[in-house]
Amino acid sequence: MSALSLTAKDFASDQDVRWCPGCGDYAILNQMRKVCAKLEARRENTVFVSGIGCSSRFPYYMDTYGFHSIHGRAPAVATGVKIANPDLDVWMVTGDGDGLSIGGNHLMHVLRRNVNLKILLFNNRIYGLTKGQYSPTSEEGKKTNSSPMGSIDLPLSPVSVALSSEASFVARCIDIDKNLGEVLERAAAHKGSAFVEIYQDCNIFNHKAFEYATDRAVKEEHIIRLEHGKPLIFGKDRDKGIRLHDHKPEVVQLRSGIKEDDLLFHDEHDESLAFLLSRMSHPDFPEPMGVFYSIGDDCYEDLLTKQIQDAEAARGKADLNALFNSGDTYTIEA
Amino acid sequence: MVAGTKDERGSKPVTNRSSAVVFFAGDSGDGMQKAGTQFTDTAAIVGNDVATLPDFPAEIRAPAGTVAGVSGFQINFAADDIHTPGDEVNALIAMNPAAFKAHIEDVEVGGIVIVNDSEFTKVNLRKAGYSEGYNPLDDEKFTLRYKIYKVPISRLNTEALADSGLGAKNIAQCKNMFALGLIYWLYDRPIDPTVKYLDDYYGQVKNLPEVSKANIATLKAGYFFGETTEMFPVRYHVSKAAIKPGKYRKVTGNEALAMGLVAAAKLSGKQLVYCSYPITPASNILHNLAAMRHFGVKTFQAEDEIAAVCAAIGAGFAGQIGVTGTSGPGMALKSEAINLAVMTELPLIIVDVQRGGPSTGLPTKTEQADLLQAMFGRNSDSPLVILAPQSPADCFDIALEASRISLKHMVPVIILSDCYLADGAEPWLIPDSCGLKPIEITHRTDPDGFEPYARDENLVRPWPVPGTPGMEHRIGGLEKQHITGDVSYDAENHQLMSVIRRRKVELVAKQIPHLQVHGESSGDLLVIGWGGTYGSILTAVNRAQQAGKSVSSAHLRYLSPMPGNLGDVVRSFKKVLVPELNMGQLRLLLRARFLVDARGLNKIQGKPFLVEEVEEAIDLMLGGVYGEREFLMPRHHQVRLEDQEYDLGGCQQDSAASIPM
Repeated sequence: MSALSLTAKDFASDQDVRWCPGCGDYAILNQMRKVCAKLEARRENTVFVSGIGCSSRFPYYMDTYGFHSIHGRAPAVATGVKIANPDLDVWMVTGDGDGLSIGGNHLMHVLRRNVNLKILLFNNRIYGLTKGQYSPTSEEGKKTNSSPMGSIDLPLSPVSVALSSEASFVARCIDIDKNLGEVLERAAAHKGSAFVEIYQDCNIFNHKAFEYATDRAVKEEHIIRLEHGKPLIFGKDRDKGIRLHDHKPEVVQLRSGIKEDDLLFHDEHDESLAFLLSRMSHPDFPEPMGVFYSIGDDCYEDLLTKQIQDAEAARGKADLNALFNSGDTYTIEA
Repeated sequence: MVAGTKDERGSKPVTNRSSAVVFFAGDSGDGMQKAGTQFTDTAAIVGNDVATLPDFPAEIRAPAGTVAGVSGFQINFAADDIHTPGDEVNALIAMNPAAFKAHIEDVEVGGIVIVNDSEFTKVNLRKAGYSEGYNPLDDEKFTLRYKIYKVPISRLNTEALADSGLGAKNIAQCKNMFALGLIYWLYDRPIDPTVKYLDDYYGQVKNLPEVSKANIATLKAGYFFGETTEMFPVRYHVSKAAIKPGKYRKVTGNEALAMGLVAAAKLSGKQLVYCSYPITPASNILHNLAAMRHFGVKTFQAEDEIAAVCAAIGAGFAGQIGVTGTSGPGMALKSEAINLAVMTELPLIIVDVQRGGPSTGLPTKTEQADLLQAMFGRNSDSPLVILAPQSPADCFDIALEASRISLKHMVPVIILSDCYLADGAEPWLIPDSCGLKPIEITHRTDPDGFEPYARDENLVRPWPVPGTPGMEHRIGGLEKQHITGDVSYDAENHQLMSVIRRRKVELVAKQIPHLQVHGESSGDLLVIGWGGTYGSILTAVNRAQQAGKSVSSAHLRYLSPMPGNLGDVVRSFKKVLVPELNMGQLRLLLRARFLVDARGLNKIQGKPFLVEEVEEAIDLMLGGVYGEREFLMPRHHQVRLEDQEYDLGGCQQDSAASIPM
């Protein structure tokens, strides 16, 4: 079978998908399979690595190579895979608990190293698999089994974390939004660590956490779709925009003396702007969707391979006897 | 040991010795490790057998002049085959009062003590903790007991380098070479290898020709001082050892281990991916391997211990040799991930260079107390393979063996090295790589009938590598369905898989050699050990055998699975003694497994056994005076029944070292 003929179905494994009916993960899985087919990915060359949590069951449902590892450690496992074989296309699937709590350290380091991985962080703002405790992205005051009087932790912004970790590609999208496939394609095309936060609905423990961003009636008022080089305009009628005032973003009404040129223009190469956008959150601001930041940079595993090539060129490909005989040797005569 | 004969060499008589133990001690910044290493190299080059014990503080520069900041290096060099750095020091070089204070008790009665008299100032004596107005060099307690030579090393070094053009600080840093030169003279060793080293290192590598010149000048000044001054009546000579002819180099355990891993990669046609987080005393395996890019070695300095082991597992999944190196505290952090490798049945090598614990413990001191952690320190039943090298050079063979087992049996292998082996050095007969057996690995490529958890006759599952068409499969930490590898929570299947995982490790025993007994295969006493205690045990047992005692020894390099004949071996002796640098971990296993009344000699001082300590325990065992005691502990270099109770303050010790029979 030629790779060209693969369809989304060909990327489905023979395993029954065991997520709860109505879970946002289904939409992401379907989109991922479509993107693999569209990009003519080779199944044998594709590896999905995950940690622990609902999202991390993802690899079982893709007919590619897959590794369901341990809680929080997928970035490290995936890094090892890429170091050992840089030619593989490696996707990493994690969640808000897996990626930002128990595995927060690894996420930071895999991003700063710019290992050529595509990282999908399913953010449902709750611990699903352990039955509904608050997560590092849960809003302050969240009432759950483990926080009956409301959580007292401030939530993290995954996009801010990724940007602060020197990520070379950072994006956000929503499980059931039209831009998901597009963002996944952009991530796949990026050379280096691509970080994608995906708002994902846990319809059992945190249903409608992102309703403001998914309800057809209101969502365009609450999200802003980022386009490189374009002004930051949003709203169903595209009548609102984001302007910088006193170094801070503010929402302004267009057509009331404010022109498009007065607005902020998106620039994917501007990390300060990207960070500023990552701080905009509901309900004070529309939440940006799309690619926040994208720059080209060398990948860790390529630099490592280059060091080996350089060392071999400079010192000659060494053999074992040369190794054993390095240093001070001496001979004991018979 | 003095062999007796005297001859004339130069202007001074030379006494022949069969072996000598020299100890360089000074402040952390005094260059004692360098002086000791140079002496070792030279002794090896002229054909002595050597064994070393570096001893340094955990702090890089503890307060200067204090006992806490003393750094030492012990070398045993001999005309015989030796296996330990020596029990008693024949010559101590003490570069300051703190070094004197820290190590004077290690010197044999009548031994040589060369003190850097320049540094025995009021201030330094106070820093060493001596009371005001007291100088140990004037105390008959020491002057009558040892041959103390006061040499103003600092001043002589400064004078020798007055015209060197170096500043005072740089000049002071050369004084270790003056001391080394003097010791070279005293033990009749050539200075040429060190001259060559100084020229290469400072002259060429560091491009500091003036530093190289100064070091060489003071090295020679030290040598000539010995020759010219009337201070030393005799010098000593240790003849070449009757070592097997061939080409040698000196290796430390960590160097040998690094080379063994590289050799395994070449022999299996794989890439070595070494993933590690810096930790004493394992870090220089990482340093050694990071410098071997031209051998195709990939090293990954991870953000933490967990990331290091996980990356190594990822590398194994992707078809290369994944190795992670650490010490005890890091092992604790890696345990969950090691179990992932147990469950996914991937090759993985974990190097644990043990140090004193628990917790941070004694980072630079040796201990072998991670055996039970390696064996059991993970959730659930978690069988894997455990090997332990018995000498620095053996680290090479163990690394090769660990790789062979891990790759061929798809099983994690833990190597239990220790601080003493890692930093200690011995001569290594350089192998010819052509004589090393290739490690033949097959990766399944035929998708027809492929099942990820189907097994061969050794219960080993296939190792299909990502990138291979038609073999796409998923693995993970959830329990696997037998054969298919699908996730399974089935009750009977879980039990079956648990049996398989255990049996798979047991089957490795078919591939490993039987345990060899050193001495008679039955008798009054078997002394059995594992890991870095090999040299002390062997030497003690040799002496017992020479004295006509019915004692044999055996040493375990394979701890899981244990050699198939181990039960027969331990049951062939009336008594079994297990010396260990822990509270009795192998002893516990032997008792549990074979219902044998094994007794212990247990030392937890961050130091290897003295041969004498093992000898004393042997005699106590043979004399039947161990009584009800399950183990004895040496105190102040002696094993005595009357020393076994500790004064624990208000808490009456309930005979902790005895067991109800």
